[in-house]
Amino acid sequence: MFHAGHFSNKMMEWLTRPWPWYVAGPLIGLTVPALLLLGNKTFGISSSLRHICAACLPAGIPFFQYNWKKESWNLMFVAGVLVGGILAGLFLKNPEPIVVASATKASLQTMNVHDFQGLIPENVFSWSALTSARGFILMVVGGFLVGFGTRWAGGCTSGHAIMGLSNLQWPSLIATICFMIGGFLMTWFGLPYILTL
Amino acid sequence: METKTEEFTPEVKTQRPNEVSLRSLWAYGVIGILFGIVFVKAEIVSWFRIQEMFRLDSFHMYGVIGSAVMTGMISVFLIKRYHAKALTGEKIVIPAKVFQPGQIYGGLLFGFGWALTGACPGPLFAQIGAGYSVVIVTLFAALAGTWTYGALRRYLP
Repeated sequence: MFHAGHFSNKMMEWLTRPWPWYVAGPLIGLTVPALLLLGNKTFGISSSLRHICAACLPAGIPFFQYNWKKESWNLMFVAGVLVGGILAGLFLKNPEPIVVASATKASLQTMNVHDFQGLIPENVFSWSALTSARGFILMVVGGFLVGFGTRWAGGCTSGHAIMGLSNLQWPSLIATICFMIGGFLMTWFGLPYILTL
Repeated sequence: METKTEEFTPEVKTQRPNEVSLRSLWAYGVIGILFGIVFVKAEIVSWFRIQEMFRLDSFHMYGVIGSAVMTGMISVFLIKRYHAKALTGEKIVIPAKVFQPGQIYGGLLFGFGWALTGACPGPLFAQIGAGYSVVIVTLFAALAGTWTYGALRRYLP
């Protein structure tokens, strides 16, 4: 009791600092057994996009004709992710600017990325940047590819890379390798042009 | 006596499953909240962290994904080894992933989008929550992408 104040200060300091990978990774991995043990549900986030389409705009497309209400646990889960983001942003926000690897930072600076304060560069991702070619490609075209690609691949980083690999599924390994190849190609050959538009 | 029991049993049968499913829905929300907090606090939602990963300038994301997969693998192994049941009493069955060409083509396209937006679907929700309101546009674009896939599905390999 005597040290409670001191302890909670230390605790808050630790919580507001960025969490290391060896804390975050296992916590994310534990989502897999948590969902399985709770109700035999397999981890996968991109499915939520399909359920939202099925709920809001099925438009007679066979791919969206199913009982999405049976999958409402998945929508509840992503709503939770959003709320978690709000809570972390409000109460556990890192007061310091983000620490970006110096090589990445130097390289991005040559491509007109100058804001290294928050989690994302706000001079690149903002409402006013949406109308520029660069902003449109990064936010709108990028978002479209995320939605289109994950559904075509049948899953994303959670469904394939984490859930699929955890269950030793080789199609998920192929998908994960392709996610990475796509990311490397875009980063090394696409972004140098797009960021300097 | 007979009519009394008949009236009583259906009532129990219809109420109980609803109660359980609603309560477990909240549980999924709570797991989502914890997940979202980890996403933001470990900066997995950061465009910079994804750039570092694809530029091979930092171990952070490889550590996160690698240790998540290791934890998931051990968990799934234990669940199968001990034939664990879900809290609902259901037997735990994980559907197998069937190979299809979309895992290559779609996988590459998602990779492009991942490097552009710095976000996979989960982080999109967490970024919006963390106060980056413009990511709502990216989420709507992702919904449009998913919808377009649904519409074009029969023409794709």
